[in-house]
Formats: sequence, structure tokens, C-alpha cells
Amino acid sequence: MATSVLSRQLSESGALVERHWQELNARRRLYTFLGLAFLVLTLSASLWFANDSNAGKFFDRLPHFFDFVGDLVPRDAMEIVRAMFDLPSPYDDGSFKYNYPDGRFYLTDSLYIPEYFHKMLETLNIAIFSTVVGVFFGFILSFLAARNLMPNPWIRGPVRRLMEVLRAFPEVVIAGFFLAILSLGPIPAIAAVSIHTIGALGKLFFEVVENADMKPEEGLRAVGANWIERVWFGIVPQVLPNFTSYFLLRLEINVRASTIIGAVGGGGIGELLRLSIGQGHEAKTIAIVILLFATIFAVDQFSAWLRRRLVGDQAFQLAQ
Amino acid sequence: MTASTKPSLLEMEAIAARHPHLLQSSSRKRLKAALIGIGVLLYMVFSWWFFSIGHVLANANWGIAGTYLADWVSFEVRPEIAIATDGTMAVSYARSSPLGPNPNPDWVALEKKTVTRTIEAPAAPQASKPKASSSFNFMAPNAALGGAQRAQAQNRVETRTAEVVVRALITYDRSTNIEIADGLVKATHGGETLTMTVDGADTVTPQGPLPRWATQKRPGEKITLSFGLTGWAEVEGDEVSIRNRFFGWANFLFDTNSPFFGKPYGEVASLIVSGERIDPARSNLSLAWNNILYNAEWQHLDVWTKLLQTIVMAFVGTLFASLIAFPLCFLAARNITPSLFANQLAKRFFDFLRSVDMFIWALFFTRAFGPGPLAGISAIFFTDTGTLGKLYSEALENIDDKQREGVKSVGATPIAVQRFGVLPQVLPVFASQALYFWESNTRSATIIGAVGAGGIGLKLWEAMRTNSDWENVAYMVLLILMVVFIFDSISNACRSRLMGRKAH
Repeated sequence: MATSVLSRQLSESGALVERHWQELNARRRLYTFLGLAFLVLTLSASLWFANDSNAGKFFDRLPHFFDFVGDLVPRDAMEIVRAMFDLPSPYDDGSFKYNYPDGRFYLTDSLYIPEYFHKMLETLNIAIFSTVVGVFFGFILSFLAARNLMPNPWIRGPVRRLMEVLRAFPEVVIAGFFLAILSLGPIPAIAAVSIHTIGALGKLFFEVVENADMKPEEGLRAVGANWIERVWFGIVPQVLPNFTSYFLLRLEINVRASTIIGAVGGGGIGELLRLSIGQGHEAKTIAIVILLFATIFAVDQFSAWLRRRLVGDQAFQLAQ
Repeated sequence: MTASTKPSLLEMEAIAARHPHLLQSSSRKRLKAALIGIGVLLYMVFSWWFFSIGHVLANANWGIAGTYLADWVSFEVRPEIAIATDGTMAVSYARSSPLGPNPNPDWVALEKKTVTRTIEAPAAPQASKPKASSSFNFMAPNAALGGAQRAQAQNRVETRTAEVVVRALITYDRSTNIEIADGLVKATHGGETLTMTVDGADTVTPQGPLPRWATQKRPGEKITLSFGLTGWAEVEGDEVSIRNRFFGWANFLFDTNSPFFGKPYGEVASLIVSGERIDPARSNLSLAWNNILYNAEWQHLDVWTKLLQTIVMAFVGTLFASLIAFPLCFLAARNITPSLFANQLAKRFFDFLRSVDMFIWALFFTRAFGPGPLAGISAIFFTDTGTLGKLYSEALENIDDKQREGVKSVGATPIAVQRFGVLPQVLPVFASQALYFWESNTRSATIIGAVGAGGIGLKLWEAMRTNSDWENVAYMVLLILMVVFIFDSISNACRSRLMGRKAH
């Protein structure tokens, strides 16, 4: 039976179909092959370039890959607790390595916040504050950038371009610029993170606004409401859950961002971590890493829980 | 009929009164909104105090901000005009002046005269001031000698012939200029003229009231003249410092040491095409290219290499992350792998990679590999394996089960079920997420570079630290913005082809 199907002579149109299918198949294979070859070529060129321009070469340094673990072993496990809670160390020899109690932040004469908790709070506060600022401006800009609410392209276009530039502008530069003017402190970090947040949230927000149901807005227009009233009563109630969800997502990202900005001169826990890794203070490093890990994990979980309550299972895409 | 369908106003109010909950939000809801509003407001007030924002903003040096911003797109030329007690002058430029080693710009008009002066030799502070005439140069070792010789030299009187400047006219723009002659500095700006007397030592005396653009902190001290965007000047008793600002980036192609420096484009082009070899060892084209690449001020080659490092970091890091996250996400998805233990293990592993954060990974890998893109690649790779793994496993958990069941029902092996029942559904989502992260990592790579993980971040940071290279910062920012926008559009185009119009 099978042989009879195979050996059947195809008619002219049948042969054409078969040949066409074979051609398509061959072309698809060729494209896949070319694409893969291009990818592999780019990848090897990139790897060679990265290895070549790195200070240490990959294969030379590979045996030392876990050296940093050695940098992370304190003299005893209690040292980590002491570093975290600013308790005096029995190894104290006056050096910076064991001066845990020095950074205490005294609330009253006897009650103090340990240094790292205080700095972590500062970093967290930078993140929250700049997210709130970013939401405020992003909220206003998003309605000016949405096609359905702002038909005038001469306003919509520039607002969108502005948000693109704010989003793509390197945060390091904003932080560095304000650092030059304002001197050291958390405000350069706040400026950098909030400016980036305005751009990023503005884009996500206006996409939400463009997908909003326009019927309430039409109803309000019919009874003669002005632009602000239409936006406030017709659109905002619809988009608020999604906005809040994006606000929380952004908060997660900004906690990380403000840590990094802190490391390049914005204060907070990031700077302490960079210093303690650079100087090889094992117990301090571990204490900070644990604290950071716990904070980021807690913020992520909290925000995921709240978002699930607000918008259900959708909108879990991470946006940066 | 119409009367029955359209209720009167009174009736409408009666209906409204019967169903108040529809038209008025409950007091609890309104209270909640008000509480959130008050909470946010209180938080802002608290943060204002916590970061002492008002205090910092009030103490900030906003005047400098304007100068730094202007530096992004313009440069200053800074001739210094030293004035001696007898009113003669000497003009000097900083060694790194953008005008090259022997500047003679046409906006500085000098009237020179050869004079023979009698000078007391040990009067070193005076004599060393006019730097332009070479005959004073040997005075420096003389002045540095010990006290005995100095006492001897005190009585020695020298006669010296030198060419000095007796009148200088600096033109900023049509309405702004400074004229210096006979110990008088006459500044004109916007129709107002201020004349100042300088004594060649340490006192400046303005004649008449100071206009708005001139400031003097105490009588006799230096006067600062600010002419807005065209520049400014500082008048001291023995020196006038000119700061003339020009729009553009100075010496962007050739630095002052290059043989092509200061030549108009046409001349450079003809030199390259048909000119005689400047350096006999190589053609003019390769010399020009080399001079551009190794431009001392702009460091084009270095900047481009660092930018390429940043791009490579994002590309390789994201690619590896998606390759590793791909098999692991099947383990983490509860509908693919029924073992709860394996699901939880994979998911917590992803959470761990994500929560340790790119920044901490970057610091550790900089220790392991030394500063450079390898550290950046590894940091992006570790963090994004976690993020992409989480997103991929969520995508897998949301797939349509019918296709899988169909493939299973014809007796396919487990691998074939995944290949033909699952993969076609999720592959576009996977690729789209990877592209999205590639693009966003191009931005993050800049910032982790600043802590030493390779790429343009560190260069950017160093350029900012000096506070004098803002034009280099602007150049790098422009390149980064271009790269980000190009990748943005590539990744958007790819994603909308993969996902159809409804890309996220």
C-alpha cells in the first residue's frame, strides 16, 4: 500500500506543489542556518573582544573565580551579627575592619539604629521618594502623550520625545551632574532616579491610557465637561489599578537603582557595600549583602502580592 | 408618550434619592482616598525633612550649574592679560588652550611697542608677571636663589629692552568688549560702559556705579564681569582674565598637536587627497585617521571601544541568560514538571539570582575577573538568568493545554510533546522578552560600568569627576543615546514581527 502511494506518478500541478514546498523548506533551512551562523560569529567575536579588553583573561582568572567566596569568610559567624547590629567585636584592634559600633545612629541616649539599617532605610527612602515624584510627573505627562486624549500632534509628539530622552539618559550622568552642584548627599541620587522614572512610567502610563475605554469620556463630553474633568472622572478611575501596579513594579526597580547610584557617589547602603568589598571587610560585606538581599526580596514579594490583589494575574511583565 | 419616558426633574431627584449608593461614593471610600492623599503628603513633608532638601537646594551652587551646562556645547578661550605697574601688558594663554600653542585670535587686538625700561632685578613678583617676553625668563632661577645673593642683587639695576603690549582690545560680540590701556580697563556691555582703574598690584577701583553685570565683593578687590552666554571676565589689580565662550566642540577632529590642526576642511581634504606626505612613513590619510583616533582631548578610539564593550556586555549577557533560563524554566513551571520540589527549587533559585542584584554581582565579578567587560557580562548573565527564568516560567504556566494534549494523544514522546505542543506557543514570548532585556541591559550596562564592570560607565564617571570635561560627557551621552535609540527600534521591530501588532 505504502509503496503504491510513493510510486504514484504525480500530475503536473501536484509536482509543482511538491517542488514549491521543497523550495520553501530549503529556503527556511538556509535562513535558519545563516541566522545561527551570524549569531555564533557575533557571539565569538564579542567574547573574544570582551576577553581581550578585560583586565584579567577569562581562562587565567577562571581558577580564581571563587576567590571572592574566600573574601566573604569572617573570623566567626557571630561577626556577621555584630557587624549588622553594630555590637562591639572581641577582635577590635582599632582598625576600620572591626569598628562596628562607630556608625550607630542614636535616636535617644541608649536607643540606636544600627548603621546598615539606617543606610538601608535611607536607600529605601530614596527609592520611594523618587518613585512618588516620578509617578506624579509621569501621571500628568501620560495624559498629554496619549493619542486618544491629546489629538494635537504638536503637544503629543514633543511630550513623547521628552519622555524618551528622560528614559534613555544615563542615570550616572544625572547623578554626576547634581553631585557637582549639590555636593555629596542623597539628592543627586533622588534626581537621577526620579528623572529616569518619569520617562519610564510616563511611557507605560500612556500605553494604559490609550487602551482605556472611551465611553465614559464620551458621556462626560456629551454633558459638556472640560478636558480636565473628562480625564479625571472618565479615564483616571479606569486606569488607576494599572497605574498602581506599574508604580509598584517601578518601586522594585528603583530600590535596586538607588543602591547602584549610591555606590557611585549618592550615599546610602550602596556606597558602604562598595567600600567594604574594596577593603576586604568580610563580616561587613556579608551583613550588607544579607540586608540588601532581604530588603529587595521583601519589596519584590510585597509588590507582587499587592499587584495580584489590584489587577489579578495579568501585568506581571517587568518593565525597566 | 415622550412625557412618560422622560421623567421630570423632581422625579429624577426622587430616583437619585432612592439609590444614593450609585451616585455618591460611600463615605468609607472617600475617607480612604483622603487618607491616602494625606499619607502621601505627610510622607513628602517627612522626606523633605529627612533629606533636608530645602537646605541642600538653598546651599547649592546654582551659578556653577549654568557654566557646567554651557560647557556641554561650548568652550572657553582664556587669555590672561598681566598688567605691570607702568601700565604695560603681556598676554598669555594656558598651555592646554584650544587655540593651539601660538594663539593669535582676531578678537584680541594688541598694540605693541618696544620700550626700554629700568627694572630692579630682585623685584621678582613684578618681573615674572609679563610672561610673553622671553628676556624675562632667566629671571626665574635668579629669583629662586638664596638670600645672600638676593641682598647683593637688591642694589643692582638693570636696563632692558622688550616688546610689550600697551593697548589691548578684546571683542566678545558686537555689544560687548573690553579695552585695556594705561592702567584703565574699560568694559562695555549692552550699551553700558564701566571704567576701572588697576594699579598693577592688587587694587581695582571702579569709576562710577557698578552696572548690573558687574560684581565686587569688597572695595579694591577683584571685579567679576558676566556677559551671559558670550563669556565673562575677572579684573584684578595686576591681571585681567578673559573668558570668551564659543559655541561648539573645540578641536573635535584634530587636537592642537596634529599637523592638520587649525586648517579649514577644504585644505585638510586636499592634503589628504593630493598633498605631500607630512610624515614620510605613511600616507596623509592614515596620518589623519590616526590623529583623529588618538585625539588627546576627545579620545575617540577609547570612547568607541568602551561603548562597544557596553554593547557587547548587554548582548552576550542577555544571550547567555536566555540560553540558561530556557531549560530551567521548564523545570520551574508547575504544569510542565509536576514535582513541587523541583518547581520550588528552580523558582527560589531564580529569586536568589534576581535579589542579589546586578550591582552586587558586578562588584563580586570585578574582584574575580578584574575590571572589564567580563565582569559586566557575568553580572548581567547572573541577574537576568533569574529575571528571564521567572518570566519564562510564568509564560509557560499560562499556555493553552489543548495543543499539548493533542500531541500527547497521538503517542508522542515527552520531548516531542514539549517541542510541538509547548514550544511554538511560547517561543515568540521568550524571544520578545529576551529582546526587551537586551535593550534595557544596554542602559544598565552603562551604570554597572561605573563601579568597574567595564564599558563606557567608568569613562563617563571619570570625565564628570574632574568637572572640566563636560563636553566629553556630552559626547558620550550623545553616543549612548544614539545606541539606545537604535537598539530600541531594532528590538521593537523584531518584537512586533514576532508577536504581531500586540507586542508588549
